[in-house]
Amino acid sequence: MRAQHFTDQIVAIVLLLSAWWGISFLADNELIPSPAIVFNAVVIEWQQERLLPSLSITLQRVIISFLFAMLIGGIIGVLMGRFKLLNRLLDPILIILLNIPALVVIILLYIWFGLVEVAAVAAVIINKLPNVAVTLREGGRMFDHELNEMANLYRFSFYKRVVHLWWPQLFPYVMIATRGGLALIWKIVLVVELLGRSDGVGFQLHLAFQLFDVATILAYSFAFIAIVQLIEWFILQPLDSKASRWQKGNGRV
Amino acid sequence: MFDFNSQGLTLAGQDILSPIQLSFHPGETHCLLGPSGCGKSSLLNQVSGLIGDDDSARWESGKPQIGYLFQQPRLLPWRTVRQNLLLVEPDQASVISMLEQVKLPSIADHYPNELSLGMARRVALARCLLLKPDIILMDEPLTSLDLPTAKEMRGLIKRLVCDHPQRSMLYVTHDLDEALELGDVVSVLGGTPSHIIYSAPTDEVSRIELEALLRY
Repeated sequence: MRAQHFTDQIVAIVLLLSAWWGISFLADNELIPSPAIVFNAVVIEWQQERLLPSLSITLQRVIISFLFAMLIGGIIGVLMGRFKLLNRLLDPILIILLNIPALVVIILLYIWFGLVEVAAVAAVIINKLPNVAVTLREGGRMFDHELNEMANLYRFSFYKRVVHLWWPQLFPYVMIATRGGLALIWKIVLVVELLGRSDGVGFQLHLAFQLFDVATILAYSFAFIAIVQLIEWFILQPLDSKASRWQKGNGRV
Repeated sequence: MFDFNSQGLTLAGQDILSPIQLSFHPGETHCLLGPSGCGKSSLLNQVSGLIGDDDSARWESGKPQIGYLFQQPRLLPWRTVRQNLLLVEPDQASVISMLEQVKLPSIADHYPNELSLGMARRVALARCLLLKPDIILMDEPLTSLDLPTAKEMRGLIKRLVCDHPQRSMLYVTHDLDEALELGDVVSVLGGTPSHIIYSAPTDEVSRIELEALLRY
């Protein structure tokens, strides 16, 4: 089953590459480079020692923003899900934050705090935080009342409640927020870098844009997509699989 | 002996229970009968402290350790049977020994969704007993079980709870025969708001009177 899934994914990628190669061949224009030219651009950026440092800096920003957005947004979301008064108080703020364009937040923070690292990361966090809060609020609302009663009766400690009762119920929502979060955050980080930083993938894209160097733009994009895909394969999917083991079980007794 | 005094119970502005007094004697099983929706489960919840407050209900001679076998087993579905029990009793040997007592020695590493309802109820009974409670509350533990499974469960309850000299039990059921078999005392809850309208030791019970009260 797993092998079949892997084979299907390879087939899909091969089909995509073939279509891309066909389009670039027919267009015969350097603004639509072939997969081989883009791969060559990856190699050149690697050899020029620009690719890895840029990826590394962008990844750092993604990870820091992601962790803060998940932590703060998660706590706020769960509390809003549990306490109706807090939900009523914070809901309008959440709606405003959800509807402010990412670009506006980034520009405002750069104007107020200058083109500094803190402003860049804060802009990403503020953009992502409301999405996390909304997702985790649903998780907080779905806590099983009967299991909570059981935990009260058996006097579960706070630690036991967090680890054995609440976290497993929140986990599916955390995974939804994580997957959506990674996809959104790295895109916002690129905009933040493009507008106000002098390093990272966004900055390299900015340079390539000035030269209309589409091959380099695609090279950096695919390099980062590959990293996000590796995170999905080697971190998120194993976590998901471990957490959902009880649903598959060992077979009915 | 533990005496429980309830000043009544009001939920969402509605009076559910009138003042009720219950005495729990060591080794005594008190069966509580009554029609659906009469507040039997609410009374169990109040006795357990899950609903109500200290002003509306209090224990006269110190709060006892209470175990509660809910109608649904309420096991954590994402933890194995062993992990569920270890959350109440951290000693592995006690957990295994308790699983043997409820005749489920081989399911320790299975998840609750792999068990039948009867098995899950027995695991919940094991968890309840691991707490070493002074008083056990049971809310229709034989409901929805097929006859052989219900018989087996009833036997376990009799052996592990009713025959225990130090344990008191408050047992809610719809089934008069079940109440008369397991109980030392049988009471009927009824009226609006609910209160105990009949109570007598099992050997003094008038079956005809009880059937009339329960509108059989």
